[in-house]
Amino acid sequence: MAFWIASSPHNHVQSETSAIMRLVIYATIPGVFAQWYFFGWGNLIHISLAIITALVAEFTVLSLREKNIKAQLFDGSSILTAVLIGISLPAIAPWWITVIGASFAIIVVKQLYGGLGHNPFNPAMAAYVVLLISFPLQMTSWLPPLELMALPLNFADTLSVIVSGFTIDGYSVEQLRTHIDGYTMATPLDTVKTNLTLGMTIAESMESPVIGENFGVGWEWVSAGFLLGGLFLIGKKTIHWATPFSFLASIFVCSLIAFLYSQDSNASTLFHWFNGACMFGAFFILTDPVSGATSVKGRIVFAALAGFLVFIIRKYGGYPDGVAFAVLICNMAAPLIDQYTRPRTYGHNISPSKSGNE
Amino acid sequence: MKINDEYKELAWQGLWKNNPGIVQLLGLCPLLAVTSTLTNAIGLGLATLFVLICSNTTVSAIRKWVPKEIRIPIFVLIIASFVTCVQLLMNAYTFGLYQSLGIFLPLIVTNCAIIGRAEAYASKNPIKQASFDGLMMGLGFLLILMLLGAVREVLGQGTLFDGATLLLGEWASILRIEVYTLDSQFLLAILPPGAFIVMGLFIALKNAIDDRVAAAKPKTENHEISRVRVNFDEK
Repeated sequence: MAFWIASSPHNHVQSETSAIMRLVIYATIPGVFAQWYFFGWGNLIHISLAIITALVAEFTVLSLREKNIKAQLFDGSSILTAVLIGISLPAIAPWWITVIGASFAIIVVKQLYGGLGHNPFNPAMAAYVVLLISFPLQMTSWLPPLELMALPLNFADTLSVIVSGFTIDGYSVEQLRTHIDGYTMATPLDTVKTNLTLGMTIAESMESPVIGENFGVGWEWVSAGFLLGGLFLIGKKTIHWATPFSFLASIFVCSLIAFLYSQDSNASTLFHWFNGACMFGAFFILTDPVSGATSVKGRIVFAALAGFLVFIIRKYGGYPDGVAFAVLICNMAAPLIDQYTRPRTYGHNISPSKSGNE
Repeated sequence: MKINDEYKELAWQGLWKNNPGIVQLLGLCPLLAVTSTLTNAIGLGLATLFVLICSNTTVSAIRKWVPKEIRIPIFVLIIASFVTCVQLLMNAYTFGLYQSLGIFLPLIVTNCAIIGRAEAYASKNPIKQASFDGLMMGLGFLLILMLLGAVREVLGQGTLFDGATLLLGEWASILRIEVYTLDSQFLLAILPPGAFIVMGLFIALKNAIDDRVAAAKPKTENHEISRVRVNFDEK
C-alpha cells in the first residue's frame, strides 16, 4: 500500500511506503555513525528509546481508532519519525525528553490529524520545537565532542546520565560539558552567536576549541555523514534533488551576501552548511513528502523559503539554530505554495496570452 | 410544571449542549489566555459569571424600551458598566489576582459569550428566565475555565490551587496541592499553544461523549429516526 501524495504525472517510483521509509532510515546511518564516533552513545540510546515509545504510542492510537494495526504500525513511518527525533536531541538529554517528544510526534502531530499522509507538520520537527520551548535547559545541554571533554564517557556512563542525570561516578550534566580548562562548552553555532554579542569577530570565534580546524569538531563530520546519506537517497530517487539543492543554495546566497557585507560579523557559507541541523534538515526533514510542497517548482520555493528563514533565525533570532522553526513555518506555507505552483496540465497553456510564444 | 421544564432546558443548554466554552467557542481569548493556573481561571470565571447574570437581568428588564436600531451599543454600555464594577471590586479586594489577570479583566466587555446571550436570549425573554440563563451560561463557562486551568496547572507545574491566596485570602494557602514534583516546568502547557491543544482535546471528548450517547439512543427509540434527521444538533 503506497500512501504517496504527488501531483501528476504519476509515473514515479512505485515503491511501498515501508520500502521507502526503510531506505531513508538506512541513509541516516553515516550521520548517526559520525554522531556515535564524536559524541558517544547518547543519540543511539535516544533513538532506541524513541522507537520504542513511538511504536507503543502508534499501537495505542491505532487500536483506539480501530485501524489495521499490523499494516500501519510497521510501515516504517513512525520508526523513521522516532529515528529523526533521536538524532536531533542533545546526546545527554534526560530519557523523558525522548518519551514526551516521540509520543507528542506520533499522538498529537501525526495521529490526531488523521495519520500518515494527513499531518500538516513534520512530526519530528514539531516534537523538537515542543521540547525546545518547553524544556529549554535540557534541550540546549549539548555534549561537546568526546575528544575535548575533560571526563571520560562510556556507554554505561551515558546510559546513567540519560536515566538519572549523573554518570556512574557521580558527575552531573554540567560537569560533563566542561572543557579541560574548566569552562562550559557550547556548540559551534552557539559559540559564534555568543561571541558576536561579546564583541568578538568571526575570526576570533573560529579559534575556539569547539570549532577546531574547520567548522566545528565533530559537527562537520556529522553533517558530512548526512550529506552522504542524502546523496545516496537522491541517487536512489527516493527524494527529489530540488529540495536540498534549493535549501542549500538559498543559505549560500543569504550567507554570501552577509559575508560580503561584513566578514567580521557573518560566518562563511560552509560554516552554516556544516553546522547545526542544516544538512540533516536539507536531506531528511524538508524532503518529507507529506508536509512539504508537491511539485518541483513548489519544492524549490518551499526549500528556498526554509533556507532564508534558517539564515534569518541563526543571524537575528533568539536561538542559535532555526531549522526546526523554519520547517514548521514552511509546512504552514506549503498549501499556499502548492496553490501557486500548480504544474501545467499537458496540452493546456498557463495563460492565453502566452500561447503565441510557444 | 412547564416553567420547570424551561429552566431545566436552560440549565442543560448552558452547562452542556450549548456551552459557551466548548460548543459556541465564544470568549476564547480570555479562555485561553488566563487559564494557566486554576486560581486565575476561577477568578476570571467568577467575574464573567457575575457580569453575565447582571447584564442579562438588566437587558431583559429594559428590553421593552430599547429601540432595535441602537440595541448593541446599549448592551455594550450595560456590560461595560458591570465590568467596571467587577474590576473596581477586584482591584480593592483581590489585588494580586487583579494584577495577574491584567488586561483580560476589562476585556470581559468584549467577551462574545456575554453580548451573545444579551442579544440572543435576554433581549427577548422575561427577567427570571434571562437571569437564570445568565447563571447557567456563566456556570458553563466557569466550569470549562476551571477544567482547562486545572489540567494546564497540573501538566505545567504539577500543582493545583497554586496562588489561591490571591483569590480567597490567607487561609487558602492550605488548598495548594502538590500533585507531583517537577524539576522543570512543562512550559508548553503554560504557554498559549498548550491551551489550544487542551481545548481541542476537551471539544473532542465532548463530541465523543455525545456520539456515544447518540449511538446508544436509537435502540430504544428507533421510530424517531426521522426527527433526528431534521434536528441538526442531534446528528
